[in-house]
Amino acid sequence: MSRIGVFICHCGENIDRTVDCARVAQTSGELPGVVHSVDYKYMCSDPGQALIKQAIQEKRLDGVVVGACSPHMHEKTFRKAAAAAGLNPFLCEMANLREHCSWVHEDREQATRKAIDLARFMVEKIKFNRPLSTIFIPVERRALVIGAGIAGIQAALDIADGGREVVLVEKEPSIGGHMSQLSETFPTLDCSQCILTPRMVEVAQHPRIKLLTYSEVESVDGYIGNFQVKIRKKARSIDETKCNGCGECQKNCPNKKIPSEFDQGLGMRTAIYVPFPQAVPNIPVIDRTNCALFRGRAKGVKKVVCSKCAEVCGRKAIDFDQQDSFVTENVGAIIVATGYQLYSIGKEQDSETLRGYGEYGYGTIPDVIDGLQFERLASASGPTGGKILRPSDHKEPKTVVFLQCIGSRDPAKGIEYCSKICCMYVAKHTMLFHHKVHGGKAVVFYMDIRAGGKGYDEFVRRAIEESHALYLRGRVSRIYRNGDTIRVHGFDTLAGEPAVIDADMVVLATAMRAQPGIASLAQKLSVSYDQHGFLNEAHPKLRPVETNTAGVFVAGACQAPRDIPDSVAMASATASKVLGLFSKELLEREPLIARVDRVTCTGCFHCERVCPYGAIERKPLKDAKGRLIKIVAEVNQGVCQGCGTCQATCPSKSVELDGFTDEQIYAAVNAL
Amino acid sequence: MKVGYFPGCSLHATAREFDESLRLVAADLDIELEEVRDWACCGATSAHATNRALSVALPTRTLVLAEKQKLGRVLCPCAACYNRLATARHILAHDKRMAARVQSILGHSFDNSVGVVSIAEMLSEVTAEIRMKAKVPLTNVKVACYYGCLLVRPPAVCGFDDAEAPSSLESIVSATGATPVKWNMALECCGGGFSLSRTASVVRLGRLILQAARDAGAQVMVVACPMCHSNLDFRQRAMKERGGLSESMPILFLSELVGLSLGLDPSRLGLSRHFVSPQPLLDRIGAPKPMPEHREQA
Amino acid sequence: MSTPHSSPSPATEPAAASAAPAVRSLLSEVQDVTGLDPARCYQCGKCSAGCPMAAEMELKTHEIIRLLQLDCRERLLTTESIWLCLTCETCTTRCPNEFDPAIVIDALREIALKERRDCVPRRIAAFHSAFLDQIRAHGRVFEFGLVASYKLRSGALFADVAAVPGMLARGKLALTPKRIEGIKEVRRIFRKCAPREEPR
Repeated sequence: MSRIGVFICHCGENIDRTVDCARVAQTSGELPGVVHSVDYKYMCSDPGQALIKQAIQEKRLDGVVVGACSPHMHEKTFRKAAAAAGLNPFLCEMANLREHCSWVHEDREQATRKAIDLARFMVEKIKFNRPLSTIFIPVERRALVIGAGIAGIQAALDIADGGREVVLVEKEPSIGGHMSQLSETFPTLDCSQCILTPRMVEVAQHPRIKLLTYSEVESVDGYIGNFQVKIRKKARSIDETKCNGCGECQKNCPNKKIPSEFDQGLGMRTAIYVPFPQAVPNIPVIDRTNCALFRGRAKGVKKVVCSKCAEVCGRKAIDFDQQDSFVTENVGAIIVATGYQLYSIGKEQDSETLRGYGEYGYGTIPDVIDGLQFERLASASGPTGGKILRPSDHKEPKTVVFLQCIGSRDPAKGIEYCSKICCMYVAKHTMLFHHKVHGGKAVVFYMDIRAGGKGYDEFVRRAIEESHALYLRGRVSRIYRNGDTIRVHGFDTLAGEPAVIDADMVVLATAMRAQPGIASLAQKLSVSYDQHGFLNEAHPKLRPVETNTAGVFVAGACQAPRDIPDSVAMASATASKVLGLFSKELLEREPLIARVDRVTCTGCFHCERVCPYGAIERKPLKDAKGRLIKIVAEVNQGVCQGCGTCQATCPSKSVELDGFTDEQIYAAVNAL
Repeated sequence: MKVGYFPGCSLHATAREFDESLRLVAADLDIELEEVRDWACCGATSAHATNRALSVALPTRTLVLAEKQKLGRVLCPCAACYNRLATARHILAHDKRMAARVQSILGHSFDNSVGVVSIAEMLSEVTAEIRMKAKVPLTNVKVACYYGCLLVRPPAVCGFDDAEAPSSLESIVSATGATPVKWNMALECCGGGFSLSRTASVVRLGRLILQAARDAGAQVMVVACPMCHSNLDFRQRAMKERGGLSESMPILFLSELVGLSLGLDPSRLGLSRHFVSPQPLLDRIGAPKPMPEHREQA
Repeated sequence: MSTPHSSPSPATEPAAASAAPAVRSLLSEVQDVTGLDPARCYQCGKCSAGCPMAAEMELKTHEIIRLLQLDCRERLLTTESIWLCLTCETCTTRCPNEFDPAIVIDALREIALKERRDCVPRRIAAFHSAFLDQIRAHGRVFEFGLVASYKLRSGALFADVAAVPGMLARGKLALTPKRIEGIKEVRRIFRKCAPREEPR
């Protein structure tokens, strides 16, 4: 016979005001199997907990039901108290008399009767509770960071400085991300590369960071604490152990007319190239699509079309036969920091729901550029040496018009969200323009100014008051080439007048989007993403850097549009989560997970099909001679989240959720 | 191929040449035009600007007649008529209340299956034939293709070509051998129905359009709407009086240009009915017969 | 509620449970007819920026929508601006919120004709009446009749008269109208579409 103790909490007035706690305690005391039943003002307080502990010991209780608030609040508290008194913590349950009863009802009689039912429900359930023990999982205390922009770099440095090894994977030939393309950063107007490159060098030299550039994640297996990640190291065509970064190959490459990705198409690069002078690592890569030798090979040409780079390489580091290679890394946690791409105004889009801007020329007007292209013009290491010059004729534009919200806040074009950074970087652009082009006029067409960060609004005011940027509130209907200039048909809604401007150059502040290919990466990681490709956080308010896949964290613009300070903060936050995860050798998990009865399991694997977390594994059962008896399902204790879907699905009732077995549930339900 | 034909009110009078040239061109390209019997006016601007139900009921009557005649789709050469019929179809499909009301007004049920096509869409389907049958070389004739505001907009209603950077007229004009120019005012409104009631607006807007075509090097402008034609042809003298337009620019209906390239007789195409004489163009291309003289308005 | 824009009458108060009929909300009337919610408009001004008639309109396109959001019945039904819209569909094609100012302005025009005919610009009202009368009479519009009727109504007797010989010579003016066979059906359509008494 059970020896159950029932403890009804008043929760001050929260429960007692509506529920007659004394009566609930008294009625519960009359239930078969209940040997102790009291009510008290604050069960979670020290004296309250003492009551429980005392009763456990004095009355030799084998089950405790606390009728109080939500288990979310104090289940841990009461379980700890039970454990301290020598009772298995999973023989302690809570009945929610507050959120489920006193807080949602008014009639005292009805609420009290319901509370009595809720208590009885738990009492009957707990009669079938079994003692359970915490599950321990070993942790591989190395981290993987995907993406080496500023967020990935920060996360990697924090984890490595915290004493743990990091594998940092970057798909481009160099780390640095979009921040390396910027000229100056708001609100300080620091030179972007000046503040970034020291971090890049630190990453390259850090003893605990393994840097894999020009590499991509191929597949991910495993679970928190135990991931096996296969990484594809794409062929640079350079032997990294031999190359010393002298740059002779680049100087001598005959193909110098390839639009440079780093310069956003405004400058040229060679077929064998290092993306920018401060690249880390300073090792070139051969663009096989454009390299004459490889194009010849693709056409089936027998002779070597060109090998100038190999001829001038003093270290014989060029390897035209290099293939992609694979490495597998074992890690305990993964941080995704893949960053963003900018929205294209062109007719061709990579998503069905997006539409380009025909009214702005579909990207065919040469002097209509986007924000990153303006950054390249303004950057001292850019294609124009830091001078603002028109792409079409390299003349200095005297009148530059900036359009905000291009793609953003535009449901008709497929994106309804605000990209957060554009108001700030356009203000920055007007200040750079004012500084570089004397007598220049900057006009900004905006809808609202979003400058909520520290010093941000003051920064925008500086653009207006000191750099004399003209801010016109209104969206532009159309722009088109009109002779030598670009005619901008906008509106000043504050003055109530049309604003038609003949601009020498137009800069479009295009929306921030998730990187292409993010869907495929997210699927490899079992991380969910929204309709725009942004990765989903576990909880938007309270768990912003975790995902709903245990062990996978997210930092920076891949989760939502975000500026550099916030990306850095988020990256450090993920690092702290990872270091917390790695602080113990073993991970503790609550044992409220599924368990398969091997005897009755028929190996139909319906559970495997419905498990949202991929927690079901197939286990062959062999006899003493090693012959196969059958293959059964087995629950991976590290991955199972205890959702119970398998239990509901299993046709032979072979899988059960510890803590929520069919027996327990039926007993509780039948008690009502 | 056979297609239903809804000429609309102006093709019988002020835009006769549009109807004449279109019938000739259709015959030459083996397109059978079956006129919707006893059609009534689509309501044009005056209906939709004053009475929404009327603006849907009138075009729907025409579509019901077309359905009775077993016409799968109806060609509406006038861009405004086309837009009214297409809009009526769109409203019937999306506004259940209006659809029910129109049904009760007409006393007919209607399954909204008859399609409507503009002249751009129709001739786009036969550019290969046009290219093959072109007899008169129009090379070096620079043409500004003027879509007007209603031919391809709004995209949800028209569902054809690109509402910001259309190219269907250019494809057709290229098929004739002429050279379409790249210019900026292809979709800007000419002033529409304000020709009588607010002439100054039409003159202002039309002048900008003609200027832009001139600046782009066009010698001829091609249109697909009687209202646009009237505003730009009949009112061209008033625009020139405002200054800035040195030479006259002949305004041709698309079917007239196509007809010329097919070697059809200019006077039968109705070219003598224009206020701005297309004679300079005809001289340039060595058209088969000289056109009767008309007092040049310009 | 008193805003800088609202008319002096309590037009924006909800109908009280009294015997006197309260003025209906223009906003809800337009919403009912068009199925569009003006709350979608965030006043970016892109419609006004591309409007070919903006220079001639006292109230620009986005201002019309703003006043509708504020339910300013008097202002909207009496302004000339709503009659200057060409329904060129530029605003509709480009609105970032997929709103349709052109259809909203049509709805305002219909209501203005019923309630504030005195404020409709004379020549525009004359044109529309003349045009629709032609359809009611013949089923189709005959320009000669249209122009004659318009001139009488509008008083613009002499404009374009010099063009008549040119039009005639070019065969562009049909002098005798032809009535369609189904004219009764057309007239029935007009009857059934005629504005009804609004239920209170």
